[in-house]
Amino acid sequence: MKSFEYFDPKTVSQAIRLLQKYQGSAKILAGGTDLFLRMRHGVLSPEVVVDIKGIKALTRLQYSSQKGLRIGAAVTHAEVQAHSAVQRYYGALVAAAGWVGSRQTRHRGTVIGNLCNASPAADTAPALLAYRATVHIVGPDGEREVALDDFFSGPGRTVLGPAEMVTAVVLPPPTGTCGWGFLRRTRTAIDIALVSSCAVISADHGTCSEVGISLGAVAATPLRAVQAERVLRGQQPTADLVETAAKTAATECRPISDVRCSADYRKSMVDVLTRRCVQSALTMLRML
Amino acid sequence: MKRLITLIVNGQTYEVAVEPRQSLLQVLREELHLTGTKEGCSEGECGACTVILDGKTVDACLIFGVEANGRHIVTIEGLATGEELHPVQKAFADYGGVQCGFCTPGMILAAKAFLETNPNATDEEIRWGIAGNLCRCTGYVKIVEAIKAAAHHYRAMAAMQG
Repeated sequence: MKSFEYFDPKTVSQAIRLLQKYQGSAKILAGGTDLFLRMRHGVLSPEVVVDIKGIKALTRLQYSSQKGLRIGAAVTHAEVQAHSAVQRYYGALVAAAGWVGSRQTRHRGTVIGNLCNASPAADTAPALLAYRATVHIVGPDGEREVALDDFFSGPGRTVLGPAEMVTAVVLPPPTGTCGWGFLRRTRTAIDIALVSSCAVISADHGTCSEVGISLGAVAATPLRAVQAERVLRGQQPTADLVETAAKTAATECRPISDVRCSADYRKSMVDVLTRRCVQSALTMLRML
Repeated sequence: MKRLITLIVNGQTYEVAVEPRQSLLQVLREELHLTGTKEGCSEGECGACTVILDGKTVDACLIFGVEANGRHIVTIEGLATGEELHPVQKAFADYGGVQCGFCTPGMILAAKAFLETNPNATDEEIRWGIAGNLCRCTGYVKIVEAIKAAAHHYRAMAAMQG
């Protein structure tokens, strides 16, 4: 690996100044599970590595009933899994986070680092999309917020500017009772997802008041199945409606064939997994 | 340029000058000469380099030594007490969970850390718990048996404290 200079700033401003100063030759280090590998293989050779784990504000994982869940940039997948409020109010996120690599990976890798890596198969992305997450970004020009729906611009690409960094991802507080389902197909325990589906549904007097259905590894980016959501939103769910929603989700995905499996398989699985995820959510709400 | 870092490994404090690009695995093996931790893939896939950092299992091959400055690390060398093997080590020996031994240091640390929070794990849960540790020799059967046997020790400890 090429030599580099290592900095561990104590504030976000210090980190941004470093990103600005080194103009694209500086990389942020959080868990390191992605960055280290790319540096080792020579894919990236930054002159400067900025370790953000020493920035206290970024290590926080906080929930309040007014503001919802705030995940700091240095929060690991293991911390998200173990947090009682996440377990109680954002069950699909706990399930999704538990699929990322091995225990060793989850003890270091951060949720936000994984999102910034922007793999189309990023495990937590479908859950975060279904929970309507917003990404908080800080740069030399100040702060901005981007809906997670708009954060990914392609495989491995995000809307982050050269000297910008994500400081947090925020999930709105749940409105009433929430049911969820998260399913993922994989070859081995720690392999990347072949296809994943997530459904998050809120109920109001027998109808599906809020519906989030999102898919992973079946498009250039993690995908919200907006048409599938529309099938259920505002409706009293029936078995037929659930099937229609699942089939609709399968028409919205744009999978490729690769070394892991074929596009046809992915498309079929979107139908099956989405149906099961929606059923799981509705069963939790006692609506089916 | 080298940096002076302090690592507390198995309760002992070490001061060592390292380049930022040296991984924690390299620092442990090449600077501290603690060669119990093995290099299997250097990609964070096989778990042979598993160590316990601040109480959590991690792949040392994916961490820069400088990131561990001031931190507490447990390696396989830190498990036995003098001549007395740790219960997990003893179980691996008793149940045939070791063949070539290369995955073993990482596997034992992963098992130890897993059992501390999951003393009542089923076979299925154990398999998922050690998913980050690959073994090319055993087919995992004896490893899982050894971990189940070692779980008794953790349940007994939990019962004593409870």
